[in-house]
Amino acid sequence: MGFEKFGRVSFTAQTKVAGFVEQLEKGEVAASRCTRCGARYFPPRADCYQCLGGEVVFEPVRGTGRLISFTTANYAPTGFEADVPYTLALADFDGLKVFGRMSREVPPQELAVGLAVNLAVVRLPDGQLTYEFIKA
Amino acid sequence: MERNVCLIAGGMSEWGVREASLRDMFQEAGKACFEDNPAVTNKDVDGLIVASAYTERCSFQTHLAPLVAEYLGIKPKSICARVELLCASGSSGIILAYGLIKAGIADVVMVAGGEKLYMPQKWEVFYSELASVDHDWDGAQGLGLPPPAFAMVAKQHMKLYGTTEEQLALVSVKNRRNGLNNPRGHFRQPIDLQTAMTARPIVPPLKLYDCCPVTDGCAAVILACEEKAKDLTDRPLVYIRGTGQATLNNMSANMPNWTTWEALKVAAQKAYADAGVKPGDIDVAQTHDCFTISEIIEYEDLGFCEKGEGGLFIQEGKSDFGGQVPVNTDGGLLSCGHPFGGTGIRQAIEIMKQLQGRAVRQVEGARIGLTHNLSGFIAAHTVIIYGRDKD
Ligand SMILES: [Zn+2]
Repeated sequence: MGFEKFGRVSFTAQTKVAGFVEQLEKGEVAASRCTRCGARYFPPRADCYQCLGGEVVFEPVRGTGRLISFTTANYAPTGFEADVPYTLALADFDGLKVFGRMSREVPPQELAVGLAVNLAVVRLPDGQLTYEFIKA
Repeated sequence: MERNVCLIAGGMSEWGVREASLRDMFQEAGKACFEDNPAVTNKDVDGLIVASAYTERCSFQTHLAPLVAEYLGIKPKSICARVELLCASGSSGIILAYGLIKAGIADVVMVAGGEKLYMPQKWEVFYSELASVDHDWDGAQGLGLPPPAFAMVAKQHMKLYGTTEEQLALVSVKNRRNGLNNPRGHFRQPIDLQTAMTARPIVPPLKLYDCCPVTDGCAAVILACEEKAKDLTDRPLVYIRGTGQATLNNMSANMPNWTTWEALKVAAQKAYADAGVKPGDIDVAQTHDCFTISEIIEYEDLGFCEKGEGGLFIQEGKSDFGGQVPVNTDGGLLSCGHPFGGTGIRQAIEIMKQLQGRAVRQVEGARIGLTHNLSGFIAAHTVIIYGRDKD
């Protein structure tokens, strides 16, 4: 258990990477790194498909990412209706691609491909944990 | 010994917002398929593959293939199963039937596909769409399938290659025009460029007519080995010449490239190689125009034009009747709608009719046709090439 705390709407309670939520509690957005071959994965995975190693550690995704693309949703899937409009974005953090929400603090006119962004952990009013992009 | 495989019949239920159940529409499609070619009956069919993605959620029905068999009076003995690859479930079924017949495991197989997405649980689809992306990670952020993903793609394509909103709109104008007289399609009204350009935004830069609708409907085709096909149709034989199905990612963040669909290129190259043809040999194509930007990228990655020139391709009329390769001649998803499991089968029916010279809007002398089906978060691509000649 534990993973049900992740996300605006949660779909999965049990996963071997529930440690991701423990990292969010500590204020970190974590990728996994294979202790055998060093391959990094975001979102984190419990096993490595490159060397077939089964030992992974969580490591924060740090530094500044660059916005690859973004879009604003004016309608939403079930469970997200109250959030619209919201901006979804993809950013590259030194080879790790991270998909997530853009902070509402970033004015829409400043959104641009290439914008420097950081990751921030967000605790939602209902106690759910997630992350979003903020301006670097 | 490998055998040649032919498409010998095809039919569709009416597509649109239907007050009918999934089984009603499978029955309509099966009936239309047998009516299309009276030389083949349910007694000739030895296998059934059913393609449907949301059957459990929207119709609370699993074990669908035996149900469809029962309703169509088919008594399968070689295969009776369902296949799911979301929006490409239908073409997946065709590839599987092709393989079984080619290998001699089955002789005559119906592939029937479709969805019940509206009524009585119209909004179910907005819940289920979260199951169609990577549920735990993409879904948890509020990423539904369309249209935000395709809006991101469109934005990048415009920035990289100068594609314009007008070029996007021209795709919907063309496909609406092509679907005008399609007796089964969801939308049968034309739109002009001005209407398309001033329609309400869905997710910028995509506007209302840039997006295909959510649709109820089913479609069915019958495939047969060449020997049987000769007895079971009086029409010209239409052969499956090549197939390809490829995926390189599922999760949004792992997409290798948003504006060049690498998996589409892989699937297309495999299908072209199987068929021994080049992009320039294709006389008519049905591609997955779930959004207008999709069709533009598909021109490029299917090799109909150079990378980045998809916008010009539509603008210069090269994908229209009289152009280099007419695309979505029956109206495509933008006109016909998109009941996921039905779409690949609808595409096959249109290509079969084009190659037999009996389409509603006929491409004169068409001998080689192609279908392309996209599924998931632009995550898998399926290409099938059909020909009037076996090689
Ligand atoms: Zn490893």
